[in-house]
Amino acid sequence: MAQRTRTPEVARAGAAHVRPRQTTQSVREARFGLALVSPTLLIVLLVVVFPFLWTIIMAFQRLRLVDLQNVFHITFTLSNFARVLGSDDLWEMVRTTLIYSVGGTFLSVGAGLLTALALQRAFPGRWLIRAIVLVPYVIPVVSAVLVWKTLLNPQFGPLNVFGTEVLGWDKPIAFLSERSHRFEILGVGIDVPVALLTVIAFEAWKTFPLAFLFILARLQSLPTDLDEAARVDGATPLQRFRYITLPQLSGVIALLVLLRFIWTFQNFNDVYLLTGGAAGTEVVAVQVYNYLIARNDVGSSAALGLLMSVVLMTAFAVYYRYGVLRQERAST
Amino acid sequence: MMTRERIETRVLSIARVVWIAVVTVGCLVPLLYMLLLSVRPLQGVLADPLDLIPSLEELNLQSYREVVRRPEPGQRGYDLLSYFANSLFVAIGSVVLTIALSVLGAYAATRLRFPFKNVINTSFFAVYMFPGIVMAIPLFVLFSRLGLRGELPALIIIYLASTVPVAVYMLRNYFRSIPQSLEEAAMVDGCNRMQVVTKIVLPLAMPAIAATSLYVFMIAWNEYLFALLFLLESRENWTVSLALAQLDDISVSATVLMAGSVLLSLPVIALFFAAERLLVEGLTAGAEKG
Repeated sequence: MAQRTRTPEVARAGAAHVRPRQTTQSVREARFGLALVSPTLLIVLLVVVFPFLWTIIMAFQRLRLVDLQNVFHITFTLSNFARVLGSDDLWEMVRTTLIYSVGGTFLSVGAGLLTALALQRAFPGRWLIRAIVLVPYVIPVVSAVLVWKTLLNPQFGPLNVFGTEVLGWDKPIAFLSERSHRFEILGVGIDVPVALLTVIAFEAWKTFPLAFLFILARLQSLPTDLDEAARVDGATPLQRFRYITLPQLSGVIALLVLLRFIWTFQNFNDVYLLTGGAAGTEVVAVQVYNYLIARNDVGSSAALGLLMSVVLMTAFAVYYRYGVLRQERAST
Repeated sequence: MMTRERIETRVLSIARVVWIAVVTVGCLVPLLYMLLLSVRPLQGVLADPLDLIPSLEELNLQSYREVVRRPEPGQRGYDLLSYFANSLFVAIGSVVLTIALSVLGAYAATRLRFPFKNVINTSFFAVYMFPGIVMAIPLFVLFSRLGLRGELPALIIIYLASTVPVAVYMLRNYFRSIPQSLEEAAMVDGCNRMQVVTKIVLPLAMPAIAATSLYVFMIAWNEYLFALLFLLESRENWTVSLALAQLDDISVSATVLMAGSVLLSLPVIALFFAAERLLVEGLTAGAEKG
């Protein structure tokens, strides 16, 4: 064990030399390794893989919460998919979910990038600012939602009181229950989807600290000599950011965009707690929940959930492919 | 005349200060407002919502008293403290089980060679490919059938599965930075593999284990969806998050809700600030050795 071999060539040469002892030892090592990972593997199989396979079966079953005795009575029906795909608000849900996930991802990663750039250089009190910036990510989602609801309250929320008393709004804005609000800008009326924008802002506020941490860690490990050379050659700060720093951050930013999109797309808590899915904020996760709990319709819930997973996996596969291609191009 | 370099530098340094101010205010104001409302009577808030600096004699702990005391005839109370035991049980149970499993898994992943190693390690991350709400459907049906739906251990198993991949990943990175020579010396001295894990690796990995525990605790303490799905009908098992969200539905006054939010956030914020130093130490220790 003392000279642990690293390259296959050396390993083969070593194995030929002391074959009998090496074999028993590697068998023992393999057994021990499998024993150590088996509890984790079992849990993942039990709580993730097996339920997912079961979801596929349920999506083709006529199954309601009230008659769960039928759970093992396997039938095959497409009525769940027909109901889910034929529903009147399908396209509105798809649109809402896409705007929510793309908007939330973009704002979250963008704010994280700006904050990381702003806090890159040391200054007195930076540790305190950094700790404060992490607060939205750390606090429980229920606390965060309750304080946002209070801040945005139409009667006594400080934002609305400030708007009506100081900025001269005609009436308070019900940020969380108004589907669209008409704003007059230079005499032109524009309808703004207030509730949807508010849940997007909440999502970005709650999650940008994660993007900030990732990007800051990458920024601080970048070599400084390239930036220095560009400065000597007369590149301005914006040019140095555009041509030196940004390309080196593209890997971590791409990863964050994928992760945030996956998590925002399936987010249930934020929207459910803030608006209950009302006022034009009914994203797909909330609708899966409503099929299950409000309508007791396990089959349709599973069918919609399955479609949701397919979208995520497609996004993941396309992204993976694209990422691999890009890496190949970079290496040639 | 100003060069482009000087104009950009000046504009960017102003923009930098402005952005830091905006972000700091944006992150701090909700927290301060939560604290302010929790110690202020509701009448004061309604009378002048923009008065953000209340007079000292106005402040009191009435909202905290109301949110924690038991309801009795003639006085309102929401008994929030009684749910802390449930949240603690779930969070600590998840931490203990996740750490136990992930230490073993991370050790195997960094030190041992075994069949299907890469497939197994990659498959752990499959957890994040499947939306929580979709996993919830069959688990909801399964636990309903088994009669375990309202039970806290059911919740622990789910939190375990959803945190163990990241925990293995965090610990694996740290184990790589621990020199193998120590473990080899211990094995020469007659320790078996299990003793190497418990006597050499565990003590050395303490900073990483603390950081990982903090992460798992936060996830389990803050979780809402599965608590809502599984526990809604068994009130005595509610977590603090669920109980507080339920209070919002029965239109409890804002000041009482803010007092409850402070109590709910306090444990994670305290742990986070206490462990921030530990996190940094654990990371730099690994960097020196690597």
